[in-house]
Amino acid sequence: MSAWRVVRGGIDSVAGGGLLVAAVVVFAALPLFADTGTTVRFITLFIYLVLAVMWNLLAGFGGMVSIGQQAYIGLGAYGLIVLADQVGLDPFLSIPIAGLLAGAVAVPVSFLAFRLVGGYFAIGTWVIAEVARLITVQFNQVGAGSGVSLRALAGTNADARNELTYWWALGLAVSAIGVSVLLVRSPLGLALTAIRDEPTAAASNGVDVTRVKRIVFVVSAAGCGAAGAMLALSSLRVQPDSVFSVEFTAFMIFMVVIGGLGTLEGPIIGAVVFFVLQETLGDYGSTYLVVLGVLAIVVVLFAPRGVWGLLGGGGRVQGFPIRYRVLARKEQP
Amino acid sequence: MMDLLSGVTPGALLNATVQGVLLGGLYALFAAGLSLMFGVMRLVNLAHGDIAVLAGFGALVTVQATGVNPLVALLLVVPLAAVLGYGVQRGLLTRTVGPSPLPSLLVTFGISVVLQNILLLGFSADQRRLPSGDITQRSVSIGSINVGVLPVAIFVTAVVLLGGLSVFLARTTTGRVIRATRDDPDAVPLMGVNPRHVYGIAAAIAFASVAVAGVAYGTTTSFTPSSGPVLLLFAFEAVIIGGLGRLWGTLVGGVVLGVAQNIGAAIDPAQQILAGHLVFLLILAVRPQGILAGRRAVTA
Repeated sequence: MSAWRVVRGGIDSVAGGGLLVAAVVVFAALPLFADTGTTVRFITLFIYLVLAVMWNLLAGFGGMVSIGQQAYIGLGAYGLIVLADQVGLDPFLSIPIAGLLAGAVAVPVSFLAFRLVGGYFAIGTWVIAEVARLITVQFNQVGAGSGVSLRALAGTNADARNELTYWWALGLAVSAIGVSVLLVRSPLGLALTAIRDEPTAAASNGVDVTRVKRIVFVVSAAGCGAAGAMLALSSLRVQPDSVFSVEFTAFMIFMVVIGGLGTLEGPIIGAVVFFVLQETLGDYGSTYLVVLGVLAIVVVLFAPRGVWGLLGGGGRVQGFPIRYRVLARKEQP
Repeated sequence: MMDLLSGVTPGALLNATVQGVLLGGLYALFAAGLSLMFGVMRLVNLAHGDIAVLAGFGALVTVQATGVNPLVALLLVVPLAAVLGYGVQRGLLTRTVGPSPLPSLLVTFGISVVLQNILLLGFSADQRRLPSGDITQRSVSIGSINVGVLPVAIFVTAVVLLGGLSVFLARTTTGRVIRATRDDPDAVPLMGVNPRHVYGIAAAIAFASVAVAGVAYGTTTSFTPSSGPVLLLFAFEAVIIGGLGRLWGTLVGGVVLGVAQNIGAAIDPAQQILAGHLVFLLILAVRPQGILAGRRAVTA
C-alpha cells in the first residue's frame, strides 16, 4: 500500500454540500410561510442562478466567451409560449422541453460559431443572437415586434400558480448546479479543464477539443433556454426586445466575474450578490449599471478570482468535491 | 430569391447597390481600428462601437457649444479619442495582456456598459444627429441614380484614410515598429522598443479612426447612446467578410455588407440589418477565411 491516497472532497465539501441541501430545504418550504411577493422575487434569483451557472460553464470551464446567450433565453421564452399555447402541452412541462429545443438549435449554430475563436467568437455569438431576434419578430403568430402573452394559465388560481412556478424555478436552479457538478466531475470535465488551461496541449493528449466544447455549448444553451422559458412563465408575457436583450449576458458576466470565474461556487455567490444589488439598487437605472460595470472591471483587473477567491475558495477550500487532493495515509505501511 | 426581388425594379436595385458601396466605405473605417487592435495586440475591443458613439456625442457637444461645422469638430474630437485610446490601453488593457482573451473581453465589455450608461445619463435615449448644413441635401444625378454628395465625401475620406493607414504601417518607422511588435512582442524590447508604448499607439490610431467614423456616421444617420453595439457588429462583419488582417479586405467586407443591407432594405425596409447579418453568416459558412483570402496579407 502506498503512503498516499487521492481523494475528492473533504470536510469542506461536506460542509458546502450540507449548506446547499439545507438551503434547498428552506427554500422548498418557503411558500408555506412566506407571502407571494417574496416567492416571486426568489423566482428571479433562481433564474439568475441558472444563467450564472450556464455562463460559467461556457466561459469558466469551456473557455468560450459568449455574448449571445440571450439567443437561447429568447428562444426558450418563445418556445414555452408556442408549446403551451399553440401545441397545447402543459405549461410547466414545457419548461424542460423548451430548454431542450434551445439546445437543439445550438447544435447547428455551434458549427457556424466555432469557425471563430476568442474575441471574434464573442461577437459572432452576438450577431447570431441578433439574427434570432430579427427572425422571431417576423412571425405574427407570436406577436411580431410587440410580443405575446401566455394564455394557457389564464383563469388559474394565481397563488397556486405562483407556488408551482416557484418550485419549478427552484428545481431548475438545483438541476443546473447538479448538472454542472456532474459535468465537471466527469471525464468530460477533466477534458474541459485541460482545454481551458491549454487547448493545444489538451488536443495533443488526445482530447477532442471541438467535440467537448460543442457539448458544453449545447448544454449551456439548453440551460439558458430553460431559464428563458421560466422567465416567460413567471412574467406571463414575452417581448422580443426584452428576452433577446444583451443585458442578460451583461448580467451573466457580472455574476460570474464577481463570484469567481471557473469555480462552481463562484456563480452561486455571484448570483446572490447580484440579486441583492438588483433588489436594493436596481431602481437607480443607468447610474447603477455604471457602478456594476466599474465593479466588474475592477474585479477582473485586481481580483480575477472574484469573491470566492477572496474568501480563500478555489484552492484548498472547496464547497463542491471537484478537485483531487493527495493526502498522507495515517497508517504507514 | 427571384420571388423576393420581384417587387424591386432594376433601377432601385442599382441605386441600392451604389448607396451600399458608399456606405461600405464608412463600415470599413469602423472596422479598421478593430482589425488593427486585434492584429497587433490580439485584443478584441468590445467597446469599439461605443467609442464611435462617444465621438459622435463629442462632436455634437462641440458643434452645439461653438456653432462650428462637424468637420471642424473633428479637429478636437479625433486627438481626444487618440489620447483616450492611449490612456485606456496603457492604464487598463495592458493589465489584461496574456494568452487568454478572457480578461480583455470582460474589461472591454465592462467599458462598453459603462460608456453607454454614462451617455444615457448625460444625453438621454433621444435620437441625435449631427447638423451638417445643406451638404446633407445636395446630390448629383447620374442617369437614374441620385448620389448624395455627403455619402461620396465620406466614402472618399474613408478610402483615403485606409490608404494612409496602410502606407503608414508599411513605410514609416512607427509603422514598422508596430508590425514588428505584432510579429514578436518578446523580441522588440531587445531593439529598445517598449511594446506597451507601441500597443498604446496602436490603440490611439484605432480610437482616432473609429472617432472619424463615428462623427461621419452621425452626420448621415441618427444615433443614440445605445448605437454602439450595432456598429461593433457591422465593423466585425466587415473584418470577417474581408478576411482577417487585410486592410483592403476590410474595405471589400464593408462594401459587401453595405450592399447587402441596402438591397435588403430595397426589398423590405424592415429587413436592412437582417439582410446584412444573413450575408455575413453565409460567408462565414461557405468562406470563413474571407472573400479576399489567398492574397498576400498587406498589413495588420
